[in-house]
Amino acid sequence: MTEQISSTEQKLIVEMRGIVKRFPGVLANDHVDFKLLHGEIHGLLGENGAGKSTLMNVLAGLYRQEAGTILVNGAPKIFSSPRDAINAGIGMVHQHFMLVPSQTVTENVLLGLDEPRFIMNLPEYDSKIAALGEEFGLKVDPRAKVWQLSVGEQQRVEILKMLYRGVDVLIMDEPTAVLAPQEIEGLFDTLRAMIAQGKSVIFISHKLQEVSAIADRVSVLRKGVATASGVASKGVSRQELARLMVGRDIIFALDKKHCQPGDVVLDVRDIYAENDKGLPALRGLSLNVRAGEIVGVAGVAGNGQSELSQVISGMRQCKQGQVLLGGDTVSNHSTLFGIQHGMAYVPEDRNHVGSAPNLSITDNIIMKKYRKSPILKNGLLDMKAATKLANELKQAYDIIVPNVSTRVRLLSGGNLQRVILAREISGLPSFMVAVQPTRGLDVGAIEGVHRLLLTQREAGAAVLLVSEELEELLSLCDRVYVIYEGKIMGEIMIKGEGQDEALVDTIGQMMTGTPLDQIQKEGVVANG
Amino acid sequence: MAESRSIKQRTPLRIRVEPRLSEPPAWFPAVVSFSAILVALILGGILISFAGGDPIRSYIHIAKASFGDIGVISDTIVKATPIILAALACSVAFRMKLWNIGAEGQFIMGAFGASAIVLAPVLPAETPPWIFIPVMMLAGMAAGALWGFIPGYLKAKFNVNEIISTLMLNYVAVAWVNFWIFGVWTEGGFQMSPKFPVAANLPRLTDFAKIFPIFRGLTTHLGLVIGIVAAIILWFIIFRSRWGYEIRLIGDNPQAARYAGINITKNVIWVMMLSGALAGLGGMSEVTGVVHRLQTAPLAAGYGFTGIIVAWLAKLNPLVIIVASVLFGALILAGREIQPSGVPKMIQGIILVCLIASDFLLRYRIVIERGEE
Repeated sequence: MTEQISSTEQKLIVEMRGIVKRFPGVLANDHVDFKLLHGEIHGLLGENGAGKSTLMNVLAGLYRQEAGTILVNGAPKIFSSPRDAINAGIGMVHQHFMLVPSQTVTENVLLGLDEPRFIMNLPEYDSKIAALGEEFGLKVDPRAKVWQLSVGEQQRVEILKMLYRGVDVLIMDEPTAVLAPQEIEGLFDTLRAMIAQGKSVIFISHKLQEVSAIADRVSVLRKGVATASGVASKGVSRQELARLMVGRDIIFALDKKHCQPGDVVLDVRDIYAENDKGLPALRGLSLNVRAGEIVGVAGVAGNGQSELSQVISGMRQCKQGQVLLGGDTVSNHSTLFGIQHGMAYVPEDRNHVGSAPNLSITDNIIMKKYRKSPILKNGLLDMKAATKLANELKQAYDIIVPNVSTRVRLLSGGNLQRVILAREISGLPSFMVAVQPTRGLDVGAIEGVHRLLLTQREAGAAVLLVSEELEELLSLCDRVYVIYEGKIMGEIMIKGEGQDEALVDTIGQMMTGTPLDQIQKEGVVANG
Repeated sequence: MAESRSIKQRTPLRIRVEPRLSEPPAWFPAVVSFSAILVALILGGILISFAGGDPIRSYIHIAKASFGDIGVISDTIVKATPIILAALACSVAFRMKLWNIGAEGQFIMGAFGASAIVLAPVLPAETPPWIFIPVMMLAGMAAGALWGFIPGYLKAKFNVNEIISTLMLNYVAVAWVNFWIFGVWTEGGFQMSPKFPVAANLPRLTDFAKIFPIFRGLTTHLGLVIGIVAAIILWFIIFRSRWGYEIRLIGDNPQAARYAGINITKNVIWVMMLSGALAGLGGMSEVTGVVHRLQTAPLAAGYGFTGIIVAWLAKLNPLVIIVASVLFGALILAGREIQPSGVPKMIQGIILVCLIASDFLLRYRIVIERGEE
């Protein structure tokens, strides 16, 4: 095997060829190629679930690829554990830190190493680690216990761990997700210092701004396939990157009938809410949905979409503001209250929220119906009626399984989503919120889900569709709100066929934080 | 390249484990469980022979000592009865992933509650059995439920780890009963209460020997019927009632349960109380069916802990628990024949480890492939 020196002046350090990785029901990486040059910061972009972390976990030795090869400095390598990868000079800092809170920084850095062998001469290592930190601008007290450190400092410990192990390639998985803005600058300085020392960095993110700010070159993954590999970040616009991330490939001739919207069903008024980490996620957000219309929420992942759907469904408390459903306040009530008021909810996470994996399809179908006749009869569950209902829905919604006693964890993503939609829609909701209902599904399944949503619209239900797929929103929705950092940047009416580029560009700008009125003002200025 | 070839030469066959992507056939779990018990017995046999015993003879002895004739079968069932109820108690809590390690304490408190009816006395000694027995059952269940409520409430309101709280409450229960039998209810200074009046004892088979001579000497008591009825009712609660559905949903995925509008906090308390009540009923059955007086040693004999093992062995299925309890009753009984402690306990332990490990085969399959891909 002869290794060609690449034509660029920089040397190739890591090459991944044709990587395939499958999970039950998902093709996470579909023949992905990836090249990392010596001394670059390489941005790896993609939506949630696009396969970025999977690809990098393969490179870091956590996952084993089913096909494809990894070459480091031209030599093929087989990694069966992260230790192998570290020995080859590749280390990863995960999104969720892997530190021991009760131990000091030094102890955490040394954890798992062969040195020191028996006697822990910690002061000596303390000064070594302090010096290493100094070199890369990673300020952290080696004697501090990890639980006393801020999230940003903990991240520095993770980076120190890898540097101490002498890695040449550092993979950072969504490093900015946990950081405050001023900490992000510090992180970027560290990464630049590492480059200056001859190291290479892979920077995983779904945030366009950051990637174009820090990365030399960018690769984009979309649904497990590389849509761009190694483009210079100087030569590509954010809009173009956004398009590569969200894609433009699903254009079905959807039979979208004309519907006259009715009364306002869902009214979200000026809500404020926090995310799981206690940081503000929704900051004065208002929107409404009327009967017989599909309203979209567009935006890059992590701008408050999940929290919005959780506040509406009652799974999350809001600090301020209220959510009205048909005139009744449903926010800060139990989820049961919303269900009883005709709310259907297709959650983002179908495996961990939307279904009980070890229970049967029948048990999952009756999740919101077991409190009432015909499933509840004389205080007991009528399993015959439940099985009958499940079989009817299996027929009506094309759920492809041998029988309804199958546990849902064995279903493919598309089949599971049909089970969830069947359950939600068969409750004849007056309002439905669907979050990423087509994520991870194949083309046929996506079309099925789209048709079901349109049927809801025609039946006079109000539908709120949260999606990162711009094309999906443009083809299904009557109106689209664009969300950015927990606020609505503006509202856009969708006129039907023939979406022009200008509209996509406007939404793209709003998705990166420019309010609609500002765009229009600038437009007027430019035209005038 | 040369390096990787040499690895392949050394290992021509590669064993890989991968998650099952489809449901195994219906007979498969039963076969796996049965094989696991077989493997456990073989491992136990090896250890017996290391200890200088003859494994085959030991096992034959165990079988004879527990199922050899109608007399020992009856004894086996007497041993199995408290285990059935303790295991049912554990199973309902475990189904909701509440790790109630306190069936032992709830069992003892149940015995205490039932005894209090006689000893306080709540009912006079002349009370007919058809009043005595139901009242004592209720008292036993109430006392057990209280002992389950405490950790349940702490878990629900303050997220106190139920493993620790239930375990600690076991010691409290023993100390509490000791206080009463050492002091208040002592029988002439001995650490036990006076014997209960006959009307407060659960009827045994031998009590009917006048009508059916074959029952002479058989100590199987009404507790068995209580256990079986409780198992059937519990099966209905879990698999056919609205509450049972909520318990199963929470146990499998609390997030999904919340999504379905189920109040988890309330269910934690109720399930811990049901669990405690079942264990308490077991204590009541043991004190009124076998011991016939309040005394710590024969009650705190580890039934609550054996119940944990049996609940897992039966995969939390109430009806299978009956069968598994009889198996363990036999092991306990035969154990006394062979050795007061040691080997039989060890076999119990090996069976449990093998069964839990065998669960792996239900979720993963093992693929053996040639070195070259």
